Amino acid sequence: MKLKTLVLSLCSASALAFAAHAETITIATVNNGDMIRMQKLTDDFTTKNPDIELNWVTLEENVLRERVTTDIATKGGQYDVMTIGTYEVPIWAKQQWLLPLDNLGADYDAADIIPAIAGGLSVDGKLYAAPFYGESSFIMYRKDLFEKSGLTMPDAPTWDFVAEAARKIKADNPDVNGICLRGKAGWGENMAFLTAMSNSFGARWFDENWKPQFDQPEWKNTLQFYVDLMKDAGPSGASSNGFNENLALFQQGKCGMWIDATVAASFVSNPKDSTVADKVAYALAPDTGLGKRGNWLWAWSLAIPAGTQKADAAQKFVSWATSKAYLDLVASKEGWANVPPGTRTSLYNNPEYQKAAPFAKMTLDSINSADPTKPTVKPVPYVGVQFVAIPEFQGLGTTVGQLFSAALAGQSSVDDALKQAQDAATAAMTEGGYIQ
Amino acid sequence: MATQQTRSLARMMMAPSVILLLVWMIVPLAFTLWFSFQQYNPLNPIRDGFVGFANYALFWSNPAFIQSIINTLLIVVCVLAITVILGILLALLLDQPIWGQGIVRILVISPFFVMPPVAALVWKNMIMHPGYGVFADIARFLGVQPVDWFAHYPLFSIILIVAWQWLPFATLILLTSLQSLDGEQKEAAEMDGAGFLARFWYLTLPHMSRAITVVILIQTIFLLAVYAEILVTTNGGPGFASTNLPFLVYQKALLEFKIGQASAGGIIAVILANIVAFFVMRAVGKNLDK
Amino acid sequence: MARAVTTQHKAVATIAAWVVAFLIFFPILYTIITSFKSETEAIAGFNLIPSGTLESYVEVQAQSNYFKFFLNSVILSVGSTILALAVAIPAAWSMAFSPTRRTKDILMWMLSTKMMPAVAVLFPIYLIFRDTGLLDSRIGLTIMLMLINLPIVVWMLYTYFREIPGEILEAARMDGASLWGEIWYVLTPMAVPGIASTMLLNIILAWNEAFWTIRLTTTEAAPLTAFISSFSSPQGLFWAKLSAASTLAIAPILIMGWFSQKQLVRGLTFGAVK
Repeated sequence: MKLKTLVLSLCSASALAFAAHAETITIATVNNGDMIRMQKLTDDFTTKNPDIELNWVTLEENVLRERVTTDIATKGGQYDVMTIGTYEVPIWAKQQWLLPLDNLGADYDAADIIPAIAGGLSVDGKLYAAPFYGESSFIMYRKDLFEKSGLTMPDAPTWDFVAEAARKIKADNPDVNGICLRGKAGWGENMAFLTAMSNSFGARWFDENWKPQFDQPEWKNTLQFYVDLMKDAGPSGASSNGFNENLALFQQGKCGMWIDATVAASFVSNPKDSTVADKVAYALAPDTGLGKRGNWLWAWSLAIPAGTQKADAAQKFVSWATSKAYLDLVASKEGWANVPPGTRTSLYNNPEYQKAAPFAKMTLDSINSADPTKPTVKPVPYVGVQFVAIPEFQGLGTTVGQLFSAALAGQSSVDDALKQAQDAATAAMTEGGYIQ
Repeated sequence: MATQQTRSLARMMMAPSVILLLVWMIVPLAFTLWFSFQQYNPLNPIRDGFVGFANYALFWSNPAFIQSIINTLLIVVCVLAITVILGILLALLLDQPIWGQGIVRILVISPFFVMPPVAALVWKNMIMHPGYGVFADIARFLGVQPVDWFAHYPLFSIILIVAWQWLPFATLILLTSLQSLDGEQKEAAEMDGAGFLARFWYLTLPHMSRAITVVILIQTIFLLAVYAEILVTTNGGPGFASTNLPFLVYQKALLEFKIGQASAGGIIAVILANIVAFFVMRAVGKNLDK
Repeated sequence: MARAVTTQHKAVATIAAWVVAFLIFFPILYTIITSFKSETEAIAGFNLIPSGTLESYVEVQAQSNYFKFFLNSVILSVGSTILALAVAIPAAWSMAFSPTRRTKDILMWMLSTKMMPAVAVLFPIYLIFRDTGLLDSRIGLTIMLMLINLPIVVWMLYTYFREIPGEILEAARMDGASLWGEIWYVLTPMAVPGIASTMLLNIILAWNEAFWTIRLTTTEAAPLTAFISSFSSPQGLFWAKLSAASTLAIAPILIMGWFSQKQLVRGLTFGAVK
């Protein structure tokens, strides 16, 4: 063998070895069913991109939020892709902590993303996170119980009707709670529900000058209505019920109505886990005729921190996980009912999906009826339907959530809770420099 | 007795531990002290800078502050009372001749091996859950309304969980102490016709005082820092009913990212811990010097 | 007559002890039982006899690779323990055998370093770890766990060493043993049980440490405490999966504890027996 060929072959061998040395990206994600499914379908991505390896960090929602926020705020650089929500995206993008997603590939079709969702994930017209699944909230109710009590649920009910129906169902069926609603304290727990509900009562968190509005009659109406309704027709121990607890109650046939995330529809209509799968129907979240409905808008989305060294590989992954092809992949492996919902208009035009998901139309209508840029009846200085997209909201929302949770548990009165909420919000806004 | 040489050698041998712990204490403490005088919020960095005692004032005026101090002390005192009293009773029981002593001891010691988040998750979901917990099943069996423990008795629930975790530790130390009690003394007391209570009060309890001291001292250190159990179960609520000082600091640091205020809270927690330690030492420390 | 009373006494004590032991162990037992149920079974009411399905375990393993987390737990807890012992044994020895007026104060000061709430110093520590490249590294976390448990280790060893009679040392010294010889040939054999139980206790504490192990790791160094936090409250029914994950997380340390409880208990006195 000549020396030259030896050198050449050595070179090419080392070049090959270099190419085969995969780049590893670390993805932080939340332990919801759709994400766990994505994790299991990783093979499809790695066969298409043999030079990229995926490292998953799957965490419970609160721990995840804590970890990724710490990391991005200190520029720790531990993650290449982060799963974050519509709350974080506008704040982080403004801090320039996220890379704009401008290289998602030719066939990505960003225009297909549902406009309300894309709006929540964009700052100045640039997309900073790609939605993995999106949700609004709506009413899930039991057709059989409504029929038994001689009630008919309109497609777009009012709060008065919902309250009346809940009390009647409770009266007619001693074992069933008329309505199940969130009560567990947390800005993403009871405050997500209550803030969305308050929008339909004409309330708002702050006026145009960031003055808290808990001393206004709209909030008093909201909270009083909620506490009274839950006392009369809600489950016992409602103040520790979050999404999961209510889901379990509903699946066991213990709720006449449940207002919560649209993604719950695929759980309650799944005969494997739900005893009431064939008796569920859906309606839009209630209103009071003021022009806003009590439904929220949320999207778990994939974003790329600005500090990553592996931006290209990360974008490839984000593009794969939020593409139309991924929806087809899930459909072919697990059926259309398990496709992550709420992100793409084309999904809702797909007849197969419509057939597999009877709640599809109501979900899309709910998402479209939420407007994060104009969430309330009166004008507000913030974006976000069931949250206020400012960094202080996590803490403030949770504090207020605890106060309202205590009111629900009967440990304080509605008036006291509102007064304390007003004080807490005023203190937080003053401290944050919003109120001079 | 010891020579100069062994003395200096002894110092050298102690140095690594002392230096490591000194660094480990001073570096974070210095950082915390420094941050406690700064406005430092990584989520909203615009307003960062020196603020004097403002963080302390804000932490102090937090509506949850007084409650959190009370809760911190309540958790420490109640868990100590439960574990020491039940621990003594259990130790007396396990000191009796019984069949299957080994297995019984293994069962009793087990909760000590369970990591706090798992313990909290298990109690929350399997035992005390108002819908699916064992307590709820028992309540339904008895025909009464299941109790929503974490909503109505939040602090009690947390004390129960923490006490369950620490009971084995107390029991074991007290049992070892009990077993070291001189058999002859016991017999002599029995000969004298002393009843069980008298023997317990005048012989057993004084003998165990040293062990009780150790249990109190070690547990106090860990109980002052309880927070994982709160995070998993009640999240400090409803209201602030189960917020203790470490949890309040946690909320400031990792929920609101107000590092300045969290640091001020950390310094307050250190001061509180030292006050508690001072009283614990005053009250029981004499026992250790024997 | 006396004999009969004793047997009766023993029977009553046995029953009482077993009932209490069962109650204390019950939450763990019920978790293990539930881990062998299906999700619908798990919430269907009180039932001590599971259907024996392994689906939760399969599901848990499919979601997270248990063995990777397990291996990290072993490395971190054993590694930090060995490190802590290496630093603490000389210190405890010198405190026990050449005590000064300040020895008690130093011990109390060491314990007091444990009173700083961890979360208050998370940010500084996170920044230090970031700048030294220790984030998500086993070495960084090993050092961290060593520092956290060092005071307890020193104290436990100190109380144990103190019970070794000083006369033996005198005798060895008379025989002309050097100081190191003293430690190695005379003290070490007597101290082994104490060191063993300190080691066991420290492994347990390190294994169960759930603040720093979650906050300073992502994938490479994440131990079982991080594993469990990915199962705590997902959407949908999760009781059986949570039970399976919990069982997996506590089983190794539980089994180790059971097998070594005699050694553990012997040293777990902190000088309480004198």
